[in-house]
Amino acid sequence: MSLAEDINPEDLPEAYSMPIEEMDPSDGRLFMHQKHWAYFERMRKEDPVHLSENEEFGRFWNITKFKDIMAVDTNHQVFSSEPSIVIADPPEDFTLPMFIAMDQPKHDVQRKIVAPTAAPANLIVLEPLIRERVCNILDSLPIGEEFNWVEKVSIELTTQMLATLFDFPFEDRHLLPYWSDVATTTDEEGSNNYMEEEARKAVLWECYEYFVKLWNERQGQGDNPKMDFISLLANNPETKNMNDDPLEYLGNLLLLIVGGNDTTRNSISGGVLALNQNPKEYDKLRADPSVIPNMVSEIIRWQTPLAHMRRIAKEDIELGGKQIKKGDKVVMWYISGNRDETEIDRANEFLIDREKARHHIAFGFGIHRCMGNRVAEMQLKILWEEIVKRFDFVEVVGEPERLQSNFVMGFLQLPVVLHPKK
Amino acid sequence: MAKITYIEHSGTEHVIEVAPGLSVMEGAVKNMVPGIDADCGGACACATCHVYVDGAWRDKTGEKNDMEETMLEFAEEVKDESRLSCQIEVTDALDGLVVRMPESQH
Ligand code: HEM
Ligand code: FES
Repeated sequence: MSLAEDINPEDLPEAYSMPIEEMDPSDGRLFMHQKHWAYFERMRKEDPVHLSENEEFGRFWNITKFKDIMAVDTNHQVFSSEPSIVIADPPEDFTLPMFIAMDQPKHDVQRKIVAPTAAPANLIVLEPLIRERVCNILDSLPIGEEFNWVEKVSIELTTQMLATLFDFPFEDRHLLPYWSDVATTTDEEGSNNYMEEEARKAVLWECYEYFVKLWNERQGQGDNPKMDFISLLANNPETKNMNDDPLEYLGNLLLLIVGGNDTTRNSISGGVLALNQNPKEYDKLRADPSVIPNMVSEIIRWQTPLAHMRRIAKEDIELGGKQIKKGDKVVMWYISGNRDETEIDRANEFLIDREKARHHIAFGFGIHRCMGNRVAEMQLKILWEEIVKRFDFVEVVGEPERLQSNFVMGFLQLPVVLHPKK
Repeated sequence: MAKITYIEHSGTEHVIEVAPGLSVMEGAVKNMVPGIDADCGGACACATCHVYVDGAWRDKTGEKNDMEETMLEFAEEVKDESRLSCQIEVTDALDGLVVRMPESQH
């Protein structure tokens, strides 16, 4: 696999070193080494709706400006999410149906059934438990010695949050990020953690079997089921037979696990890094923690944990002066839209007290807009409220190590030292 | 100018003079009325500007288009009176309009 080869970051082509026609931002190594920013900056300026073609992914349009992304995301009649929402096409014999990759009407039916778990009314109920779990994690961290924030905080916290949303047996919670990793471990996204297809399927069937057990236990709750994802699916007349199609049940479970896992995890890490790189912003936070809800939106914009979603044009359509043809792949680069100076004031600065911080595109827009956005925001808000109570400084003490992917903007390592409040 | 009364879920009222041509959402956001997030900025793409408008005003506010109907499907606590406030344009005929906020925006 050419993409999995290690390369000296210096050898990756620089954005301004080639004719614009040759630009192709889809190599995961660009993101790993933070070379993608210049690619998108140049495309936004010179060719905002830009056609690329390569061996791996074929021909695809790069949509790089906020307003154009919005136009694609809200036009679900023309731009289809089927069969997949990443640049690469899924393996032919093992496509998991999930509503993020479905069009109307099926998408709407399935989304509405599980949405209540992630809705504000339920989050008010869950908040005390999530806060208690945050406090337990923070209170168990080593003080004054180096550790990996990704592992001890970001992964652990996100795992516990997912366990809460699934009402998943707490002692087995580590299975959740494990399954999530296996589910996203393909070479589709230019990633660096490849796994043989057979081994991968075997693990996902284990996941399925585990959830079938929970499904069976939770059936028969009638019209007023508990609010966890599984109870809602198992008791709704529309989906109570979903389990008859194992792939569909598995697909939707994985969507809920994967959707909440890498995204929230990497926002937790990304926020610590951004505050360290912008010490004035960290000072603002220390001076006035009431900025936290606003800061949370800014962290999510800054990190943009999912770099893109892709669509397929169902008919010919013009966008930004280009002729998109029926059947073309269209990639909405959220990571670029969130740095679009023509839409967001001082878009390339991290400002925790910025005005209209919620006006970012990291959650997408339109009918597929992130269903878990309030969950993620609450998780980050509670975390930062509890951090500032305890620590004066979460200091990053080494280089972060990033994931090789054009989809998940992720961290593997973020070495930190904690400085308690005096 | 049209006088619009925004009522928060808690019952707190805000009476605002809104210029014709703005949307009911903009009337709230520009005057710091809490309870409307308007994440998408009025593109009918986020449903975080959800309000309730009394049926008596329906003639004057106009009807929902397909996109608004669809986005409302994914909001919480949706009722007959539900509207996305970015999709209601303020005119002089809306003088006296009362809109109520839901408990939260999703
Ligand atoms: C900072 C954290 C998160 C980010 C940045 C994020 C981002 C996204 C994006 C970009 C989409 C697609 C939007 C589009 O196509 O227009 C999406 C969809 C989705 N997300 Fe999230 N997400 C986050 C957290 C979560 C969490 C915590 C959950 C669940 C607990 C979740 C569940 C979902 C689901 C189910 C969908 C599919 C919605 C649909 O197709 O209707 N996400 N998310
Ligand atoms: S402001 Fe987003 S739908 Fe009204």
